[in-house]
Amino acid sequence: MARFLLRRFLQLIPVFLGATLLIYFLVFSLPGDATAAICGEKGCTPAVEAALREQYNLDQPFWVQYFLYLKGIFTFDLGTNFAGQPITDILARVFPTTARLAIMALVFEAVFGIVIGLIAGLKKGKLFDSTVLVFSLVVIAVPIFVLGFLMQFVVGVKLEWANPTVSGDATFTELILPALVLGLVSFAYVLRLTRTAVIENSGADYVRTATAKGLSSRRVVMVHVLRNSMIPVVTFLGADLGALMGGAIVTEGIFNVNGVGNTLYRAVLNGEAPVVVSIVTVLIVVFVLANLLVDLLYAWLDPRIRYA
Amino acid sequence: MRYSRTSKILGIAAIVALSLSACGGGGDDKSTAGGGDASRVIIADGSEPQNPLIPTNTNEVGGGAVLDLIFAGLISYDADGKPQNEVAESIETKDSQNYTIKLKADQKFTNGDPVTASSFVDAWNYGAAAKNAQLSSYFFESIEGYDEAAAEGSKVDKMSGLKVVDDNTFTVKLKQPESDFPLRLGYSAFFPMPAEALKDPKKYGEHPVGNGPYKFDGKDAWQHQQQIKLVPNEGYEGPRKAQNAGVTFKIYQNDTTAYQDLISDNLDVLKTIPTSDIKNFKNDLGDRSIESPYAGNQTIAIPYYLDNWKGEAGKLRRQALSMAINRDEITKVIFNGGRTPAKEFTAPVLDGYSDSIPGSENLAYNPEKAKELWKKADSIEPYDKSEKLTIAYNADKGDHKTWVEAVVNNIKNNLGIEVSGKPYATFKEVRTDATEQKLTGAVRAGWQADYPSLANFLGPIYTTGAGSNDAVYANKKFDAAINKGLSAETVEEGNKAMNEAQEMLLSDLPAIPLWYQVAQGGWSTQVTNVEFGWNGVPLYYAITGK
Repeated sequence: MARFLLRRFLQLIPVFLGATLLIYFLVFSLPGDATAAICGEKGCTPAVEAALREQYNLDQPFWVQYFLYLKGIFTFDLGTNFAGQPITDILARVFPTTARLAIMALVFEAVFGIVIGLIAGLKKGKLFDSTVLVFSLVVIAVPIFVLGFLMQFVVGVKLEWANPTVSGDATFTELILPALVLGLVSFAYVLRLTRTAVIENSGADYVRTATAKGLSSRRVVMVHVLRNSMIPVVTFLGADLGALMGGAIVTEGIFNVNGVGNTLYRAVLNGEAPVVVSIVTVLIVVFVLANLLVDLLYAWLDPRIRYA
Repeated sequence: MRYSRTSKILGIAAIVALSLSACGGGGDDKSTAGGGDASRVIIADGSEPQNPLIPTNTNEVGGGAVLDLIFAGLISYDADGKPQNEVAESIETKDSQNYTIKLKADQKFTNGDPVTASSFVDAWNYGAAAKNAQLSSYFFESIEGYDEAAAEGSKVDKMSGLKVVDDNTFTVKLKQPESDFPLRLGYSAFFPMPAEALKDPKKYGEHPVGNGPYKFDGKDAWQHQQQIKLVPNEGYEGPRKAQNAGVTFKIYQNDTTAYQDLISDNLDVLKTIPTSDIKNFKNDLGDRSIESPYAGNQTIAIPYYLDNWKGEAGKLRRQALSMAINRDEITKVIFNGGRTPAKEFTAPVLDGYSDSIPGSENLAYNPEKAKELWKKADSIEPYDKSEKLTIAYNADKGDHKTWVEAVVNNIKNNLGIEVSGKPYATFKEVRTDATEQKLTGAVRAGWQADYPSLANFLGPIYTTGAGSNDAVYANKKFDAAINKGLSAETVEEGNKAMNEAQEMLLSDLPAIPLWYQVAQGGWSTQVTNVEFGWNGVPLYYAITGK
């Protein structure tokens, strides 16, 4: 087990180097001069542009820029964005907010998705099952910005149950609405995955055996059916955490959440390579760790799976 | 249906409850000159300043709106753009080239430092010097010694044209006479800075200290991407005294979101109604909405390095293009009255504006004449169809696609040529192509005034080699006319000369003026006394609670 963990952590190193190099190169190759983004609509003089290029190392070739950035990582100085704010401050500001939002969305989709999926799977073909299937199909089909604006308008503006936008503190109650919107599509997937797995496992030999030896139906469902049905769901949830952290641009925009998605989007538009790479690097670490956790959960869910 | 009616009633009930509570609290409030509750903190929409808040390093609206409130320059502009003295006691000149500027006594920054002549001179020198890489550096280009300080790689950090006489007096020597120089002094680049700013500009840019009607509310006033909290500066004595208990700029990622906050009373003032709500905002807000023309315009510049668009034939084609665009219809249908058709190259709120400069008929819709001119141009030099006309715009900020498509359709229908919009993914890509002269067609251009002067709309865009001259227009006669206007002895004579220079532009059409900007904004049920200024920015200091 310890060796397995060590190996997985060592794998982080090449993943980290490869990913930073690739992303730095991609941002570097984006067309357009980054000083044009700094100077804005009014532009600035060639002398000022030259001074800015020097200040942000934009006059250096790609390899020099990349190694300067790597050096910064190991000295805990990631530099600043074009507005002069330290990148470490930006990371410390956006990640907690987005993590809170993503985890709330994840809990929502996991709890409701699994519970409803389980009930639907057990009542296969009944009215409840068919209704849930149609509903989840609709949720998957409607684009997230439509859902977002609709919920914002109905709940925030018309009913006034919540503020239409999230304040700077991004408190738990304020994030409920955006988290619901963010988790809604994945919720439908989790529901469908659970339902299918439950239906499949309900007909398995060990479930028949368990029922035959007189276990209560509660124990059969919870321990034998549900636990074995969790493998595909947990895999999906693990991958989804990464997607929720980095891909909440639309939801964050609608509810004015000051999070990772929008910061990343702006940094890409401005060509701020160090900001983009720093954020993406943290996302990669989150992604890798979430996958590690999923792998460990496999062993717990299904004792047949072991790690050496 | 029943559902929506219920929610409406709920909404009304909530609004009534809110306004009742507002009245209830109003008993012991201070009242102001204009009437209204001076104890309210105004929540306004803002955008994250793109640079540290240093006056010489801020050239966009997000940071500009904050700077204008926390600083007082030598002069400021009233709602109509008329200059009024702030820190300046007097600005005197005999020849429009040598200025003597006297400051009012006993002015202070909010950290207690006195505002002296050096506060201005040092700040301006800092802004001009190339080594400090300040974005607004070019605003000092008229001052003698600027070229030495601002040259690439220069180590000179002082302009020879600035001299401190005593604590409250300094002199400015310009390279040549320029009568509208005093008019520029209300722009943020010319604000004073305390000595601490220049010692540690980085720290200062996060926690700016000014001398204006407002100041930062403590150490955490600026929460990046979230809000900027300003409170009144009690020590400020000037024409823009705060009529409220503070202004908090709430930073929005997009206008649509801000609008939802406005109609649910979570936001007090919104300065730009999002495109998607332009059709319904007057219904939603009623008398809480405003349309106020401001000093900005929209044009499309056509570079002279394109073969179809140079020489005599190019000039005729530019005129034909201009006459093929139905400005009245586009401003009415697409912008719902949020723009007004252009008659020249500046903006109507400016002093000296005229809508009947000879040549302005080139901006009127006239499809027959357009066809005729196009034919005439073809007889001089045939139109090269392989060089297809495009209109470039950026798709990341602002909503340009709709109107570009409308203009494209006008041209296509009236001239029968191939033309299309050319979206660029990011703003910086368009700018890079424009500055490197690699555009393959026309480009969206436009100007928002820095200070209320005709020269500000002409000099930086159309003089030979100017920074924003995307069309690469070079006309010695025009340059001379602008210089004549700048060096005129009075502002009136200057304006006259500027409009004479515009006659050349109206005939040559380096860019095709489309329309003037109109600010479309709104406010909540909680505030009153909202007025928008000459530059499309609300006069935040005058807003009060109800």
